[in-house]
Amino acid sequence: MLESHKKLERNSILLLIFAVIAVSVGGIVEIVPLFRVQTTIEPVKGLRPLTPLELAGEDIYIREGCNVCHSQQIRPLRDEVQRYGHYSLAAESMYDHPFVWGSERTGPDLARVGGKYSNTWHMEHLTDPRSVVPESIMPRYDFLARQGLRTWDLPDKMRTLRTVGVPYTQDDIDNALVDVQAQTMPDEDPSGLQKRYGPKVVPQDYGSHDPGGPTEMDALIAYLQQLGTQVDFTAYDPDYELHKSVAPGAAKGGAK
Amino acid sequence: MANKTPKGRHPGAEHDEISGVQTTGHEWDGLKELDNPAPRWWLIVWIISILFAVGYWIVFPAWPTPAGHTKGVAGWTEYSKLKAEQKEIDQRQGTYLSKLHTMSFDQIRADPAEYAFAKAGGAVVFKENCAACHGTGGEGRKGYPNLNDDDWLFGGRIDDIYHTIQVGSRSTDPDTHATMMPAFGKSGILTPAQIDDAATYVVQLQHGTPAMPTPAWTRGQAVFAANCASCHGEGGGGNRDLGAPRLNDAIWLYGGDKATVIETITNARAGVMPTWKHRLSQDNQRMVAIYVHSLGGGE
Repeated sequence: MLESHKKLERNSILLLIFAVIAVSVGGIVEIVPLFRVQTTIEPVKGLRPLTPLELAGEDIYIREGCNVCHSQQIRPLRDEVQRYGHYSLAAESMYDHPFVWGSERTGPDLARVGGKYSNTWHMEHLTDPRSVVPESIMPRYDFLARQGLRTWDLPDKMRTLRTVGVPYTQDDIDNALVDVQAQTMPDEDPSGLQKRYGPKVVPQDYGSHDPGGPTEMDALIAYLQQLGTQVDFTAYDPDYELHKSVAPGAAKGGAK
Repeated sequence: MANKTPKGRHPGAEHDEISGVQTTGHEWDGLKELDNPAPRWWLIVWIISILFAVGYWIVFPAWPTPAGHTKGVAGWTEYSKLKAEQKEIDQRQGTYLSKLHTMSFDQIRADPAEYAFAKAGGAVVFKENCAACHGTGGEGRKGYPNLNDDDWLFGGRIDDIYHTIQVGSRSTDPDTHATMMPAFGKSGILTPAQIDDAATYVVQLQHGTPAMPTPAWTRGQAVFAANCASCHGEGGGGNRDLGAPRLNDAIWLYGGDKATVIETITNARAGVMPTWKHRLSQDNQRMVAIYVHSLGGGE
């Protein structure tokens, strides 16, 4: 064995050929399955790319390192599903670049935090976490409400994301700056925004009431409020149990 | 010694003088590496591991193929495991769950074991979902109602609580409690002086009609009758159909001092509670309604 290996080691061309073969095997094992990665993404209904405001919010989420303490992945374990809701699907983060799954839970998982609290609560909580959760060890992010949102680079960000597969249309990109404003103005006509991102996107007051336009706080809250709300699980999973056991007494108002 | 060839070794290969073991023939500054075979026990474990891996590929999902990954003969997935575990828990809670599904709230309250089950489950749901706003003991905070007292915005029967949990307050649900108080100051309905008078009247409400009414109180009474009484009731008794808080008691959602009342009349308040219809299961909605009702103020 050693004697025959000696031939290989002393012939550079032969060594090169066999080294390439060895490395190729490793490469094939790692790379080829990725060609089929689409088969692991569940077909779900309701998924949309983030609106420009939410996209800006995701960048703030990453900038402030929220993902260091908060995960965004509900594992298919009974206690997690009971606490946070339906387990996360691969499809739910297919437009995330980068993924913000996180790997640690110093704070709770945020994969389904959207709609769980009011905007006011988020505003109070980010401004001073102890004011709503006395035992919280989360830092304060009150400065976000004083920082105007940088929006000029959003069309570029969307264009970049489009090249890696997020289905932003030219219309989405052209209207990015309009949509950022529109999503924070509840009194204006939302038809353009809703045409592009769906009727579930409702313009609202996200909390910082800054007359100078949306702040970083608004963007972050807008991002948080959509987390986990897009996929319709009753369509994805026929066994989804949320509404199966309707109590006849409750529906008719049994107790008086 | 040097000429002795141990069993199974190449004849003619170089051997270490002291141990008699064949060397690899490599030399580093006079040191030579012995070519001992791997220990037998290690070799056996290694081979067993390889056989185990092959068995694993057959039983469990393992290899990617052009037609999707291999499913394994056991058909095991993390999702099916979750489903089986959930089924087991549902079975264990079976008697209680089936009662929860068929009984009315009144019947549940009359059944001590079922009532205890519902309250215990409701307490868990409350801690995870409601405590962030209403406090871990339901004590509430400024802007978030206390659930231990008997002052209810939308009613304190289990049915009312259950309905509020379902639709929320000013939430995205189409049936939500959507009433809004006008911002009397900001929209210019009332002048600051009128608001000041009305606040004087409202702060006094819980103490009844003063023995010697001040002119401000009398003016405030008129402002209240014309602007506030339609929702908050004659004398500030409140109106649960509209979610208009009772004003003639000592319980305040945002504060009962005059400055806060002026702020409230000027800018109005519109607290938001999310809808839980699409977040909590029916069972959990019912259990947490029963739990909140049991906190002390239930009607």
